[in-house]
Amino acid sequence: MGKKDVKVEEVPDPKILMRQDAIVRITSTTICGSDLHLYDGFIPTMEKGDILGHEFMGEVVELGSEVKNLKVGDRVVVPFPIACGRCSMCQRTLFSLCENSNPNAHIAAALMGHSPAGIFGYSHMMGGYAGGQSQYVRVPFADVGPIKVPDGIPDEKVLFLSDIFPTGYYAAENCNIKPGDVVAVWGCGPVGQFAIASAYLLGAERVIGIDRFEYRLRWAREKAGAETINYEEVDVKETLDEMTGGRGPDACIDAVGLEAHAPGFVGAYDRAKQAVKLETDRPIVLREMIMSCRNGGTLSIAGVYGGFIDKFPIGAVMNRALTIKTGQTPVQRYMQPLLQRILNGDIDPGFVVSHHMSLDEAPRGYEMFVNKENEAMKIILKP
Amino acid sequence: MAKAVQLARFLGWFSFGLGLPGVAAPKQFTQFIGVKGDLEDRKWSYVVGVREIIAGAGLLIQPRPVIWAWSRVAGDVMDIALLGRALSSKKAKKPDRTAMALAAVAGITLVDLYDSLALSRKPAGASKKNKEVEAMQVKKAITISRSPEEVYQFWHNFENLPRFMQHLHSVQVTGDKKSHWKAKAPAGTTVEWDAEIIMDTPNERIAWRSLEGADVENSGSVTIKPAPGGMGTEILVDLSYKPPAGPIGAAVAKLFGEEPSQQIQQDLRRFKQIMEIGEVVVSDATFHERPHPARPPETTANKETKAKK
Repeated sequence: MGKKDVKVEEVPDPKILMRQDAIVRITSTTICGSDLHLYDGFIPTMEKGDILGHEFMGEVVELGSEVKNLKVGDRVVVPFPIACGRCSMCQRTLFSLCENSNPNAHIAAALMGHSPAGIFGYSHMMGGYAGGQSQYVRVPFADVGPIKVPDGIPDEKVLFLSDIFPTGYYAAENCNIKPGDVVAVWGCGPVGQFAIASAYLLGAERVIGIDRFEYRLRWAREKAGAETINYEEVDVKETLDEMTGGRGPDACIDAVGLEAHAPGFVGAYDRAKQAVKLETDRPIVLREMIMSCRNGGTLSIAGVYGGFIDKFPIGAVMNRALTIKTGQTPVQRYMQPLLQRILNGDIDPGFVVSHHMSLDEAPRGYEMFVNKENEAMKIILKP
Repeated sequence: MAKAVQLARFLGWFSFGLGLPGVAAPKQFTQFIGVKGDLEDRKWSYVVGVREIIAGAGLLIQPRPVIWAWSRVAGDVMDIALLGRALSSKKAKKPDRTAMALAAVAGITLVDLYDSLALSRKPAGASKKNKEVEAMQVKKAITISRSPEEVYQFWHNFENLPRFMQHLHSVQVTGDKKSHWKAKAPAGTTVEWDAEIIMDTPNERIAWRSLEGADVENSGSVTIKPAPGGMGTEILVDLSYKPPAGPIGAAVAKLFGEEPSQQIQQDLRRFKQIMEIGEVVVSDATFHERPHPARPPETTANKETKAKK
């Protein structure tokens, strides 16, 4: 409805608008950390009355005439990027860069040069699709995105296949982890937790989580097995140097994004510049990662950025041969293999859940999550 | 519009000229306008000078410096207040000089106000009603994951074009090389013309142009070639419209809105969608022709035909 103002309203039920659509009755949905960037007003082209939510699962209740792989009654998890499956990007499994799924591509292209894929409930620039924080949702390209999940496995074990588990996994995979590698993860929110867990799945020897909230650091230590640094207590680069024999971590993951915080002058500087629109995004984590990473190491950016940044230490990136890997996660690529990991018992994604609430309580959920009240980690909403 | 920008550029240099002495030589400047020149006056002279230089830079750099022009108006009001205060108190050492300065500022305020209003007016279209409307040419390219043959065949049937070209109402093939086109014009009206194909090389190129008697003289071509690495087909579309003088021309100029190149690019994206996935992609918001929040539509009745066309 406006910045920091979400409401629960009755809206018409979604309808089949394209022949490859499905209508899904939502059984579980979440508030994602990236919803907070929308909530705080940092992603342009949101309109009053937009439905949010891009991490959800449910039951198929209606199908367009051309859907072949699903039938009414199927239990599905829906990936957050919308992908057609036919264009050259989808054929290369770069689903989050689908060339056909963003009908507002011209708006995104004006800001970014070319347009990425459409995303559920994530601004008009990203397509103007109604999101999944609702009872029903329209899912385009139903043969390409949704993955069927077996009955008998609880929602909270498979729900995060929709976004944060693949997103954490993609961030770790982008680190090109080799045996013996040390990976540092900035941000111990839900994506950070999955990045830590995934780095271990992919063979990292040590993973170091960085945050300022003690409960999130404790979560990273106890549930994801990380070592931790509280950046409000110590200097991050110095501490990382001490912990890695002066080399710095082999790979650094940004699981924070454009609303990064920093103590003291740097934090105030970027907040001020952002407030007067001289930069749109706060690159505090990026700068720290670049300075901390070992020579020839990899920076993997999972945190969302929307526009432009300032004082970017490109000299360090170039001279120290750092590799930058990033992107919205091509979730469709990871759903099947990660579902297999869950069924094998390699990981139980439910470890990030802190709260269950009803969809009606969503406004309170946003407040709790943004203010980190009641040790909020991951909030599941049930319609 | 162009004149308003020209005037803004002049005002930009003027701002510079006015600002520099205020900053570089505040003492002389305050003497010149006939005030005492004490520390307080010099401070204000410095402030005003810096403001003028910033406004000058803004006016010179910005393509359409609306805000900077208005900032000058605001600055003028501030100057009038300062000088007025100086006159009415005992600040003015030489009141006649201060009064002259006040008159000069009042004069330039009118110019600033005129320019700000001119710049604030909406560009293009509206003011052009009876003048020659400029010809429009747009070239746009897109890559499609289909063979050149498929792309050629679909495009060659001109009756398919309105499915993705937003400005077209309908195209009717009337003969071997002839076709009749109807384009949407404002207020529910249409403009029409007959066209003929002037070049047709299978799987490579089609070119057409309007025939005599067209409401709008126009021509177009599509060039088709295989994309490198077997990744489908590249097409390059080249469209030219030359609207006539007068109200029809003005109406036609509005066909493509303020961003013709963006609209044609969107047309090509829709063409790609039809070729690759068989229909035009719509979201809950773009399903509507007018702005609509990203939530389900009230009804699908009015657009059913368009989605399925």
